[in-house]
Amino acid sequence: MTTQVAAQDRGDGDPTRAHTGSRATRGLGLVVLAGLVALVLLAFFAAPPDDEQGDAVRLIFIHVPSAILTYVAFFTTAAGSAMWLWKRSSWWDITAHAAAEIGVMFCALTLFTGSIWGRPTWNTYWDWGDVRLVTTLILFLLMVGYLVVRSSGGDDPAVSTRAAIVGLLAAINIPIVNRSVEWWFDRTLHQKASLTDGKLEDLTLFTLVFGLVVGLLFFVWAMIHRFRVGWLEHQARAEDLDEALEARRSEAAAAGSSASGGEA
Amino acid sequence: MNRGVVPGGSVLAMAIISLTGVVALLGRFPGLAGVDLTVEAGEVVLIHGPNGAGKSTLLRVCAGLLRIESGHGQVLGHDVRSERPAIRRSVGLLGHDTALYEDLTVTENLRFWARASRVEEAQVPTALDRLGVPSRIHDVAVRHLSAGQRRRTALAAVVVRRPRLWLLDEPHAGLDAGGRDLVDALVKDASSAGATVMLASHELDRTVDLATRHLAVAGGMVVGDHGPEVDHAR
Amino acid sequence: MLADIAAVAGKDLRIEWRSRVTASQVIPFAALVLVLFGFALDANRPVLERATPGLFWMTVLFVTNLAVQRSTSIETSDGARRALLLAGIEPVAVFVGKALAVAVELLAVEIVLVGGVLVFYGAEIDDWGLLVLTCVVATMAVAAAGTLLGALVAGIRARETVLPILLLPVLAPVLISATRAFDDALGSVAVQGWAWLGLLAGFGVLNSGLGALAYGVLLEET
Repeated sequence: MTTQVAAQDRGDGDPTRAHTGSRATRGLGLVVLAGLVALVLLAFFAAPPDDEQGDAVRLIFIHVPSAILTYVAFFTTAAGSAMWLWKRSSWWDITAHAAAEIGVMFCALTLFTGSIWGRPTWNTYWDWGDVRLVTTLILFLLMVGYLVVRSSGGDDPAVSTRAAIVGLLAAINIPIVNRSVEWWFDRTLHQKASLTDGKLEDLTLFTLVFGLVVGLLFFVWAMIHRFRVGWLEHQARAEDLDEALEARRSEAAAAGSSASGGEA
Repeated sequence: MNRGVVPGGSVLAMAIISLTGVVALLGRFPGLAGVDLTVEAGEVVLIHGPNGAGKSTLLRVCAGLLRIESGHGQVLGHDVRSERPAIRRSVGLLGHDTALYEDLTVTENLRFWARASRVEEAQVPTALDRLGVPSRIHDVAVRHLSAGQRRRTALAAVVVRRPRLWLLDEPHAGLDAGGRDLVDALVKDASSAGATVMLASHELDRTVDLATRHLAVAGGMVVGDHGPEVDHAR
Repeated sequence: MLADIAAVAGKDLRIEWRSRVTASQVIPFAALVLVLFGFALDANRPVLERATPGLFWMTVLFVTNLAVQRSTSIETSDGARRALLLAGIEPVAVFVGKALAVAVELLAVEIVLVGGVLVFYGAEIDDWGLLVLTCVVATMAVAAAGTLLGALVAGIRARETVLPILLLPVLAPVLISATRAFDDALGSVAVQGWAWLGLLAGFGVLNSGLGALAYGVLLEET
């Protein structure tokens, strides 16, 4: 299993030195940092302003990658939730939790940059008639609900099951709601597939893709750390359980030896 | 070795309960810390031990109410991990709490129970009669009953089912002298009809003669196992 | 199966009827919410008329929260949850039975609310068929999602606060569609009400299906 992933980084078996970093993650972290600096330079200085939107277009270099990563994260949560329900795999359970936390952050960033961008381009921060906006908000609220459920009862496996059902509910509900309303009523201000119709400048396109790559690397980096925190908690609990079992068994042994007089 | 001779008969019987290394958690606390147990058809097993020993937890595992953390086993031929619904459907459990709906009357509760258990509703008055629940309270909401009356009603719900495995947690608690005698009679009848009974009790002087086997539980494990007829000591 | 559903629904409704909470507390609460919305918006009659469908369904949402809390507490008190498990009724039957009971309660409240909207808000109904069907279909969707989430929060200590946090986003699409359908039925805004009703039916089927699948998993997690 993948259980060794975190175990080997636990500082020579000394639990007080357990940490979530490793040489690889530090390297990855530096790459992400450099990438973010490069992305800022590209997005705010190098890329040309849009013909219609002017400088406001620069926000999409954050908005679009974070929107895509929101979906990647919540898809991971859904997959992890399904695997927990199917196999009761703690590895997947922790993955689902980690992805949900990071996904909520990306989702907030998406909503935030989207509404700032909406002000100059659609002339409003928020439009209740836009299906994609509203469904993203609902998704955000549902995943906040997921985290609330997660924090509601410690490490009881029942908590994992409840959260997993919320995660799957969100993953199944949201796309269906989104697709069906757009399909039935065609209600969105979002431009469709502007990436593919060739209108974008080369450098704009490059910056977009670059932003996506940096975002993805950041996601992986954050996932590794968040997962390892979860995994260490999981291991600590397993050790606690072993201790509790040990205590319980010695209780039994004491009672057994004192009562063994009457036994054959 | 899941087969053995039923006390008082020569029929080869399947083990009604067989548990191996069963660990069950109550939250983070190991209620059962590794239980090995085989119970055969027709046995009356008395479980005793100090408070917090794991008696109730053992009964809940046998009833299919608690997920087990490790180990394996079968109850009434159903796996204790994967077939808990089937186990729950076939056992009769009297727990600490009475598992009755407070706002429904005695009769309504038992009717619901009978319908869910696929038993003729005509059995309901018989069972209530058997437990000495007077007909004047048949149509009283459970919330207005005394503790003893609730207990009798809950026992009637077990009787209605005619289970092959009776799991009784402190069945004498809260009952008057007549009620206690009634419980003893129920256990005897059930066992002579071929059913298996597990009962957890502190009332050793009462139950010692009733049981065919004594199980001492402590620290979430079986620490003593012997009986007048079948010797299970290891 | 049908007998089990009837047994569960009958039990819940009987308990509800006996406690009189729907009649003596939930309906007055719903009427009060409606009146309060009226106070808030009455200064501007056209706005009130325009907002009537939304206010109606907001009120239903509040009531749903209460009804689901009640329905869940039936099974969490004094070992009753254990009774349901030991009784051995198929989880799907439990789910459908409990959802039906909630739906019946909600429909009773909605009848009162329709009356309230006619009297207090001066609403006029253009299309009774659309109105009634919307109520029935939306209530089905709401009751299904509510029953599932009720079971989901049943074991949580702070379930009174967690339930609405989950309930509101899950039900938002249902409420939006129901509101649009009402826009048409009350003639307050010209929209394709029947199309929204179709969408609503889709959400109803979706919620019921997911609920039926997940309810057993939750019931098993003791």
